[in-house]
Amino acid sequence: MALIELVNLKKYFKVGSGYLHAVDGVSLKIDEGRTMGVVGESGCGKSTLGRLSLRLIEASAGEVLCRGEDILKFDARRMRELRREMQIIFQDPFSSLDPRMAVFDIISEPLVEYKACKNRKTLEETVIGLMETVGLAENYINAYPHEMDGGRRQRVGIARALALKPKFIVCDEPVSALDVSIQAQILNLLMDLQDAMGMAYMFITHDLSVVKHISTEIAVMYLGQCVETAATEELFQNPLHPYTRALLSAIPEPRIGKNRGKVIRGEVSDPIDPAPGCRFAPRCDFSSAACGGDIRLEEQRGGHFVACRLYQTK
Amino acid sequence: MGHLLEIKGLRVEYRSDESIVKAVNGVSFSLDKGTVIGLVGETGAGKTTTALGIMRLLPAMTGRITGGEIMFKGEDLLKKPPGDMRAVRGAMISMIFQDPMTSLNPVVSVGDQIRESLEIHSVDSRSGSAMDAKVDELLELVNIPSRRKKEYPHQFSGGMRQRVGIAMALACEPELLIADEPTTALDVTIQAQVLELMRGLKDKLETSMIMITHDLGVVAEICDRVAIMYAGEVVEQGSVRDIFESERHHPYTEGLFGAIPSLAAASRRLAPIDGLMPDPTDLPIGCKFAERCKYREAVCGHTAPGADAEGHAIACHRFAGKRHGAD
Ligand SMILES: Nc1ncnc2c1ncn2[C@@H]1O[C@H](COP(=O)(O)OP(=O)(O)OP(=O)(O)O)[C@@H](O)[C@H]1O
Ligand SMILES: Nc1ncnc2c1ncn2[C@@H]1O[C@H](COP(=O)(O)OP(=O)(O)OP(=O)(O)O)[C@@H](O)[C@H]1O
Ligand SMILES: [Mg+2]
Ligand SMILES: [Mg+2]
Repeated sequence: MALIELVNLKKYFKVGSGYLHAVDGVSLKIDEGRTMGVVGESGCGKSTLGRLSLRLIEASAGEVLCRGEDILKFDARRMRELRREMQIIFQDPFSSLDPRMAVFDIISEPLVEYKACKNRKTLEETVIGLMETVGLAENYINAYPHEMDGGRRQRVGIARALALKPKFIVCDEPVSALDVSIQAQILNLLMDLQDAMGMAYMFITHDLSVVKHISTEIAVMYLGQCVETAATEELFQNPLHPYTRALLSAIPEPRIGKNRGKVIRGEVSDPIDPAPGCRFAPRCDFSSAACGGDIRLEEQRGGHFVACRLYQTK
Repeated sequence: MGHLLEIKGLRVEYRSDESIVKAVNGVSFSLDKGTVIGLVGETGAGKTTTALGIMRLLPAMTGRITGGEIMFKGEDLLKKPPGDMRAVRGAMISMIFQDPMTSLNPVVSVGDQIRESLEIHSVDSRSGSAMDAKVDELLELVNIPSRRKKEYPHQFSGGMRQRVGIAMALACEPELLIADEPTTALDVTIQAQVLELMRGLKDKLETSMIMITHDLGVVAEICDRVAIMYAGEVVEQGSVRDIFESERHHPYTEGLFGAIPSLAAASRRLAPIDGLMPDPTDLPIGCKFAERCKYREAVCGHTAPGADAEGHAIACHRFAGKRHGAD
């Protein structure tokens, strides 16, 4: 059984001019010890999906199953118990850490809240142990977030997320704000922690080379929907959806004189009360009248799903 | 002809009761009209501080410029009274901030904010409806449907806020645009569009830009020159060709290129530079990278290497030709 399974999950926001379909019927499975990379255009609903999976915001419809049980039906007490096992790491460690709290307080807060340590001494030992795990020197224990650089701040956020030994961590762009060297350190750290503790990650990013390194599976989102999902190797070797292809060809490479693939053009996508049919069609080179119909994710070969009429069997 | 912008020996410190953070330690580089320089380097290297120094927008209580000159169109910005500086920021230099919330007001709708920045900056006074049309156009340029202009910043995703910041900075049609990590929160397709917009400004209006980014792919695509910063200093600078194709590099630059996650790589593990940047409140006297450097020699421990601010310059004792001795 999958550790986490999202079933036809939806989140609509009421805005002035109608309903904004931020997440619109996403279904995904994440197994223990695996990393589901979630990629897609800015504003396509990745962060909303991450927050929905942890029930940090309430879904409009759908289910979030944790070991088969729908957590959206949990009462406050069961939800509180579950929160120990589910954590989130944010992009910007600066705005996600309380500036008035020192490192010790930030990392120990969840431990104190869940009374995870018997006494002050074990609490201190646990915090120091966590700092060691994430590669933070002990002398930062009384430092404040603004006194640290981005890499160290992100380590504090990771140590805090690990404090209660979670089973599932949503990583929302955890390395986007970091330079390549610190980024490499943090990605290696996340992979080592997973090898040691076996937790599952949902790894949200817009950086395809990062996602290729860290993920075992990838889901590509476009305007609130999952348009393609496959194992990482398979997706990179054999991208099917025209949006996925455009995404892969637009990756800038650290070389000069290399032209990137052509920029996607066409009408600006609007998630407010979207029309039925494929949402990428207005910008797609292969669109036809058939794209206005009902298009669902269909399996093409073992575990590779795509939602595009080019590949539809019926 | 002189440079549009010439920074000479800029030094910036942050002071608190307990310590002095030496954030920028003698940075020099120059920028010509219609060209783009990339500022690259590890987090905490002093890139944002350099930019805020040029804008004279350092935090008033703690930030202080302790040395150097910032020559812009032949005048030293550091000698300008605050009122004149405000005018320079309004009409000639604008900045895209690293944290988009710095430039966004949470209680004003996105459309009204873009409109305000148009009103403050535009020399010609447009009619109300022309203003509205311009706001719509700017939003669409950064791929946000114009009907969403009545929404507030908290209703936008991270990348959408970043794009609003970009639209506001572009609205001013500045002579110098300082973009601090303008594409970090953007996916590749929108990033490509934003870079295209910037290239358009450069080609049509001869806008000059300082592009702060840790994305070397972006640097390769848009920059003419590149300055690599480490611990508040420029350790290497040169044309984008020098940086991407030369054999000679500062050891830090070498490490930086080695750490890039590659699409072609077979291994999942990445190769970060070992060790950490020195404590900016207690910098070493010699080369600041020496502690992490695999080529370290005795001289590196006590003498700081110097470098020019023109051509391909590397501040490293290994490249004796560029050696300047102690400073
Ligand atoms: N509280 C809210 N009220 C209204 N709309 C919202 C709210 N939160 C998010 N949205 C909208 O939902 C959509 C998805 O936003 P989300 O933050 O999930 O995108 P994202 O994929 O994480 O984008 P990015 O890559 O830019 O972070 C966007 O159109 C956004 O404007
Ligand atoms: N307001 C401040 N008070 C004290 N120290 C500061 C302040 N702002 C920055 N610093 C310190 O100054 C140094 C340079 O920071 P700066 O923000 O300029 O780096 P950066 O190169 O922009 O890094 P990043 O890539 O993380 O944005 C860092 O050591 C940082 O911790
Ligand atoms: Mg997001
Ligand atoms: Mg910065």
